[in-house]
Amino acid sequence: MTKVTGMAALASIPVPAFAQEAVEAAPAVANPGNNAWMMTATILVLLMILPGLALFYGGLTRTKNMLSTMTQIGAAACLAMLIWVMYGYGLAFGPEGNAFISWGKFFLAGVDSSSTAATFSDEVISEYVFISFQMTFAAITLALVLGSVVERMKFSAVMVFGAIWLTIVYFPIAHMVWAGGGLLFEMGALDFAGGTVVHINAGVSALVAALILGKRTGYPKEPMPPHSLTLTMIGTGMLWVGWFGFNAGSELEADGTAGLAMINTFVATASAALFWMLAEKLSGRKGSALGFCSGVIAGLVAVTPAAGNSGPFGAIVLGAVASLVCYYAVSFLKPKLGYDDSLDAFGIHGIGGMVGAIGTGIVYQPMFGGPGDGSTAMGAQVITQIIGVLVTIGWAGIGTAIAMFIAKLVTGLRVSEEVEQEGLDLGEHGERAYNY
Amino acid sequence: MKFIIAIIKPFKLDDVREALTGVGVTGMTVTEVKGFGRQKGQTEVYRGAEYTTNMVPKLKIEVACSSDVAAQAVEAIQTAAGTESIGDGKIFTLGLEDAVRIRTGETGDTAI
Repeated sequence: MTKVTGMAALASIPVPAFAQEAVEAAPAVANPGNNAWMMTATILVLLMILPGLALFYGGLTRTKNMLSTMTQIGAAACLAMLIWVMYGYGLAFGPEGNAFISWGKFFLAGVDSSSTAATFSDEVISEYVFISFQMTFAAITLALVLGSVVERMKFSAVMVFGAIWLTIVYFPIAHMVWAGGGLLFEMGALDFAGGTVVHINAGVSALVAALILGKRTGYPKEPMPPHSLTLTMIGTGMLWVGWFGFNAGSELEADGTAGLAMINTFVATASAALFWMLAEKLSGRKGSALGFCSGVIAGLVAVTPAAGNSGPFGAIVLGAVASLVCYYAVSFLKPKLGYDDSLDAFGIHGIGGMVGAIGTGIVYQPMFGGPGDGSTAMGAQVITQIIGVLVTIGWAGIGTAIAMFIAKLVTGLRVSEEVEQEGLDLGEHGERAYNY
Repeated sequence: MKFIIAIIKPFKLDDVREALTGVGVTGMTVTEVKGFGRQKGQTEVYRGAEYTTNMVPKLKIEVACSSDVAAQAVEAIQTAAGTESIGDGKIFTLGLEDAVRIRTGETGDTAI
């Protein structure tokens, strides 16, 4: 049996109290209960991508770009899966490494069905399951970024960008936050399920990518209303369901903390959904279906770093605050700044992720019903959280710019104006989503 | 023979159809159309982006009938489609030269 050493599994749990790289006599065997839960959680995260995110994003685009949006998400996720087993896992969770990156276990060398990965207690889970679980995180993060560049970016450019972006942005950030020895992990930054690694990272990358790519032709003068909020609503529901695997699965065990992550994923989201609609009403508009869906996503994003690091009522407040902030970001800030983040990947994942990451430092405190033991003062924890956010913003911004410029050199980045006019479905894929 | 074109509010279709059947009109053609008159369009808002649609969805009804029922038909449509508010629609009456029933080749009043 191979005991995984040097890899502290994903982090997030309170204090990095597991330098105890276990000096166990007998080789650890994965507990079937935990293993079964983690296999389920992994598949739930896959559901978030296909068809969850594909429908959520697809419904928000115009009819002529529906297939292009869904295909880019599916293909980018598949690309991430393959790269993950080739070298991504090694770069993020390899046995050797420094504060920024790790190495080893390339092409899963040395991993077999008896290999195990440590959880946060003295339990282990099957390493293949851990690799698969983490693989889905890489896949969905890349897919999220695409929300800002749909309706105009070439399919080939998406694939080239994806491969480079994963390599220079995602794997190092995942290592820094989640792996033992990682920069932010050792600083004690709290990120239960990926508020920084997944959401701030995806959101900021999406913003930078959209700025480099440029606006859609006709934006913002030409109306570009969502073509099917029905599909967006279905996708929203699937994302919410899948998010239980994402958040509660990040505990790596089927224990009480996973239960806490579960209830928080319910209540923070419920509060965010209603608060978005309330914000619409208060600014003199109608509470809308898209507002409901946007609130659900904002709440899910905000509760991601806080899932196992907050009490249920802290999570409700966090969801409400994130929803209001995201509402103002997408409805007022974006039009004012004039960038074209087509599906608001930055406005919801980036902004919501920042509110969640910083807010986690507050709701973690026992005085707000959080699971923290009060050993780290709130101010100090919040500062650590802010440092985590800033490092992620800087790294994601610079890395994305590099990846976009390489993709531009190789593929030209944007489709021609004719293709953009007639739609990427026909121009890039030779199909139509709807043949009446 | 007369040819009547009426633009009505979509939800009034059933009432209009019943009223026309009541005065002896036995057939009609209905099309979904968009347009504008005195009624303003609607405003849609998606995540803060406002789109004003200038065109309002309506139904267009076309009826061919003999000259002696035309006045009754117009009155029936006007009564049934009215809500006494802006946007109720319009009724146009045109003269109709001829009509042919394709199956039998009958022409004129017998064809409609």
